[in-house]
Amino acid sequence: MKGSELIAKLNSAPMFLLGGIVILFMVALSVVFLVKSYRAGVALGMEKKALKKAVTASATFTFLPSVSILLGVIALAGSLGVPLPWVRLSVIGALHYEGTAADVASRAAGMSGLNAAELTGDTFVTIALLMTVGIMWSVIMCIIFCKWYSQKLAGKPEKTETAPEGASAKPKRKGFGDVMFIAMFIGLVSAYIGSYVGVFTSSGDYMPITVAVVSGAVMALCEYITKKLRQEWLESFSMALSMLVGMSTAVLLVLL
Amino acid sequence: MRNDREQVFAKYQAEIHLLGRLGLALGLGLLLALPFAFGKMLNAGVNWPAFWKGAAQLLPVYLPSCIVEFFVYVPMMGAGASYLGFITGNMVNLKIPCVVNGRDICKPRDAMEKEIVATLSVAASALVNTVVLAVGVMCLVPLTPVLENPVLQPAFNQVIPALFGALAYKYFSQSLKITIVPLALMCVLCIAVPSLIGSVATLMLGSGALAIGVAYLLWRSDKL
Repeated sequence: MKGSELIAKLNSAPMFLLGGIVILFMVALSVVFLVKSYRAGVALGMEKKALKKAVTASATFTFLPSVSILLGVIALAGSLGVPLPWVRLSVIGALHYEGTAADVASRAAGMSGLNAAELTGDTFVTIALLMTVGIMWSVIMCIIFCKWYSQKLAGKPEKTETAPEGASAKPKRKGFGDVMFIAMFIGLVSAYIGSYVGVFTSSGDYMPITVAVVSGAVMALCEYITKKLRQEWLESFSMALSMLVGMSTAVLLVLL
Repeated sequence: MRNDREQVFAKYQAEIHLLGRLGLALGLGLLLALPFAFGKMLNAGVNWPAFWKGAAQLLPVYLPSCIVEFFVYVPMMGAGASYLGFITGNMVNLKIPCVVNGRDICKPRDAMEKEIVATLSVAASALVNTVVLAVGVMCLVPLTPVLENPVLQPAFNQVIPALFGALAYKYFSQSLKITIVPLALMCVLCIAVPSLIGSVATLMLGSGALAIGVAYLLWRSDKL
């Protein structure tokens, strides 16, 4: 089973049911945490009105970013079917990670990259497992160390969030930890962009580099609108929107 | 009164740690079992050599990042929000902004209230995100024939270039000084030795190490 036949099977009801079990578990866990923290807030003497405001503010705040995450599910659905991206983006992942992990896994399995035409059942299962194994370490750290770490933090005095009036406004130098992570991702992205340039010069296939350039240009435009024109709502959509415009360019180029 | 509050909070924290550990362990177990359950449905299994090859390429990048995320986000979010935030995902793009927004609106008075507001914010956010995605996916199912239309296939074949194009702007614009050397070297390598293009996941390890080296030199000489 391969290609569109496999995608049809991936989009079948039993696959949705399996994904739904995981998602239902996460819903139950979220409800338990919500109820526990609400009750603790009341017991601590917090106003019920303030607690309800925290819930409603977060719920409304989440709506738009969730629509953008849904666009990410659509972007991955064509090459992995709907249930896997649905679970991954509802539960543990994030769009930028899922795409990278799926691509690395598909190449490791001998595919030329993530695409439905070359996808087999074995490759799909391998991609799904690798996507989980690659990103599960924060969860494992939490299981093992969160109690110890939060107890350690509780012993430290809280840092003040604002500088006292009249304090020197000298900007703080970034620690190397911050710089290192930006650098690591710059390296990762550079390898992919370099490969698209190489594909163009070696085979004349301009599609990947064109799509990447268009997608990057839309991202730049979104950042401009967000920051200069102060349309902050757009920030949540910039990644998914850039990808969808880039992907649509591929369709237009084939049709032209 | 103060003592009472501290006792209530200590009891809450003990419960949250227990629930968090159990919930995350069970959730992770389900997530790890899911690919095998999918495999059972498809009559397929894990290609282990490909899995280990992929893991060797993926883990050097994401394992340190996951560990650092844990140490950075727990102090920002508190224990309850961290347990739920890490297992429900979308930390940077959704959960952290949500906690900041919740705290801005509710103005908690101390660390205990901050922790409660953060946990409520993340739980509400996780629930809404799940509902939006579930409704969206239900609407997506009737659209499946459209998504499978051959006219749209070029779009789905270009998901990764579209992703990396957007990420390129996002990261390159943060530090052009770090970008120049690894980007130029990767372009030259892929042009000069096209056979390397198929090993992009291996290339990214070298490129990442080079970028970190360049960043360190620039950072040490205070040129960033």
